[in-house]
Amino acid sequence: MQSFAQEMQAAFTLILAGDSELLGIVALSLRVSLLAVLFAALIGMPLGAALAVGRFPGRRALVVLVNALMGLPPVVVGLLVYLMLSRSGPLGVLQLLYTPTAMIIAQVVLVTPIIAALTRQVVEMLDAEYAEQMRSLGLSRLATVPVLLWDGRVALLTAVLAGFGRAIAEVGAVIIVGGNINHVTRVMTTAIALETSKGNLALALALGAVLISIAIAVNALVSLLGARSRAEVMAHA
Amino acid sequence: MIGSVFRMGALVLGLMAGSLAQAGDFIVVQSTTSTQNSGLLDHILPAFEAETGIEVRVVAVGTGQAIRNAANGDGDVLLVHAKAAEEKFVAEGWGVERFDVMYNDFVLVGPASDPAGVRGGSDIVAALSAIAGAEAPFASRGDDSGTHKAELRHWASAGIDVSAASGGWYRETGSGMGATLNLAAGMGAYALSDRATWIAFGNKGDLVVAVEGDARLFNQYGVILVNPAKHPGVKAEAGQRFIDWLTGDEGQAAIAGYTLDGQQLFFPNAK
Amino acid sequence: MRDLVEESGLMIEAQGLRIARGGQRLLDVAHLRLGGPGPTVILGPNGAGKSLLLRCLHGLIGADVGAVRQNGRPLDGDERARQAMVFQRPVMLRRSVAGNLDFVLRRRGLARRQRQDRIADLLAEGGLQSRGGQSARSLSVGEAQRLAILRALATEPEVLFLDEPTSALDPGATQAIEALVLRASTRGVRIVMVTHDIGQARRLAADVVVMMGGQVVEQGPAAQVLDDPANGAVRRFLAGELIF
Repeated sequence: MQSFAQEMQAAFTLILAGDSELLGIVALSLRVSLLAVLFAALIGMPLGAALAVGRFPGRRALVVLVNALMGLPPVVVGLLVYLMLSRSGPLGVLQLLYTPTAMIIAQVVLVTPIIAALTRQVVEMLDAEYAEQMRSLGLSRLATVPVLLWDGRVALLTAVLAGFGRAIAEVGAVIIVGGNINHVTRVMTTAIALETSKGNLALALALGAVLISIAIAVNALVSLLGARSRAEVMAHA
Repeated sequence: MIGSVFRMGALVLGLMAGSLAQAGDFIVVQSTTSTQNSGLLDHILPAFEAETGIEVRVVAVGTGQAIRNAANGDGDVLLVHAKAAEEKFVAEGWGVERFDVMYNDFVLVGPASDPAGVRGGSDIVAALSAIAGAEAPFASRGDDSGTHKAELRHWASAGIDVSAASGGWYRETGSGMGATLNLAAGMGAYALSDRATWIAFGNKGDLVVAVEGDARLFNQYGVILVNPAKHPGVKAEAGQRFIDWLTGDEGQAAIAGYTLDGQQLFFPNAK
Repeated sequence: MRDLVEESGLMIEAQGLRIARGGQRLLDVAHLRLGGPGPTVILGPNGAGKSLLLRCLHGLIGADVGAVRQNGRPLDGDERARQAMVFQRPVMLRRSVAGNLDFVLRRRGLARRQRQDRIADLLAEGGLQSRGGQSARSLSVGEAQRLAILRALATEPEVLFLDEPTSALDPGATQAIEALVLRASTRGVRIVMVTHDIGQARRLAADVVVMMGGQVVEQGPAAQVLDDPANGAVRRFLAGELIF
């Protein structure tokens, strides 16, 4: 039996050799989570902005609910989406279970409250600052929403990154609705769970290191783009 | 600004195209984590896929979940090792017919220090009595799986009520075989495992085989086609082809041909 | 007086405006009429209700009772579109200096070429011609306030409200703002400006409205009100006393 250190070394060698199976798993992880975050932002941002700017009965309660849903356990989401997509469920006829699409759906459910809640907070703060000026310039409450979203874009990007972090790191939802099927629905987190269940702890950890590296890379890329746009603005002075 | 919007759009469409493209014929087989983790399926399925062009997508979960999923129609074929539950599945109309496929055996593993003094034995019931008597730590699946049900049968044969000891020397993990073995290795406990998972397991620590060879430790696998009468979406033809192959000469030979560490893990016994 | 009113064309009238909070009277203007070419300065100590009145005239807040009418019509969206306002602290959008102006001009439906020309004119007017591409948030407070006025003027208002625009600025910046305001007034924009700075009132006002304790206590031509007010409290305020 190899020592743990030897196993880690073997695992990293495998990874650095660019094992094609691993590349497939990484690619699928990125595909699922990036698409999920995109759709979650398309739904969550307008929702959050509406919550921030709107005035209607029950608004307070809705804000509390959205904030609370940030803490939805992924495994519960997975279970709920499974029940919807199962052949015995209401949407079974769509035959989406055990496909990447089902995984995307589950992650959208998981991430939307996060983006909505953080958007609401950002937009609400900006609204407090901008509301009078916008009204003076003749904008309706509805018309101020795109202005606030654009002006808050830096903070909102952080909200999106938070959503992405949640999606790429979760296993509970995607393992139930995806089934962790080899070459079809196996992503980084479910692969780590599988290797752990086989007792291949070193390999599992090595995969974990890859996952963290990817998360760092994504965040670094976004930070770089942010710095570049700020520099462009300054250069025009 | 517009240019970057277009680039984003192209990227999104590209990402989605991968999700939408689901080419080719495939069936979904609901099976167990122990079957998957043994490596057997990875070994035999390519032969079936090459011959028939039918992709076999295996969803590996706990036995109870596999049966439940199949009853929900979320699979075409059920392949598990819990005969009583399988027969009930067919009796209730969820499955068409049950066929024997193969068997492997369970082993009792435990710490090399052997606190209950059972190492080297071949009587599982006596061994469990000794473990209970010594109150030596025991890690159970506790998840209603085939393995768990077998374990409970043996405790019952020994006349021991383990629920009373739950949380004490008897630890229920409620998890799969791998997680349970991790726990056993971590706390120096005995555990019942199928031999295949045990051999393939990568974190044995100081665990060794304590008891083996008892005929009562047989682990019979059965395969069932999910009933298309109950779930019209089931791919009955392709599923039946798989079952025929698995129980036929080729599948049975492939099963026998799978070895790990030089040992044959599964013994074909389809009739 | 009547001739002047008909000449200017814009008339704002407030009737019976009252706002009270927590039992305290914050605003109580029985009748106020703003006519004439201006600039009108609303003067008074802090807490007199000047900013509150301005916001009522611009339709930003509604009084508990009373009404505001402009040119004889209620203060609806169309009438409010003829107004613009500059606040004590400038609120700049997170984009370039030119971008802030473009935002307003785009809403007026101008074509790209027209917007670019107009932006160039406005920036020149405000002495910010070299700053077009710079981030608006990186401007000094004085420059930002100038931009806020230019942005308000970009909407081509008939009346421009200003709420203590220079209270946070140094004399140099204040002078630039006042020059900009006077130039706009000469071009026909009706100026209504709130300040607690008596000197500023002297420099800018054609007519003065004095507020104290939520009420209008005196109104008239600047020279008259500032040099020889009828109200005793006003006299004491102008002499530099603290008025409670």
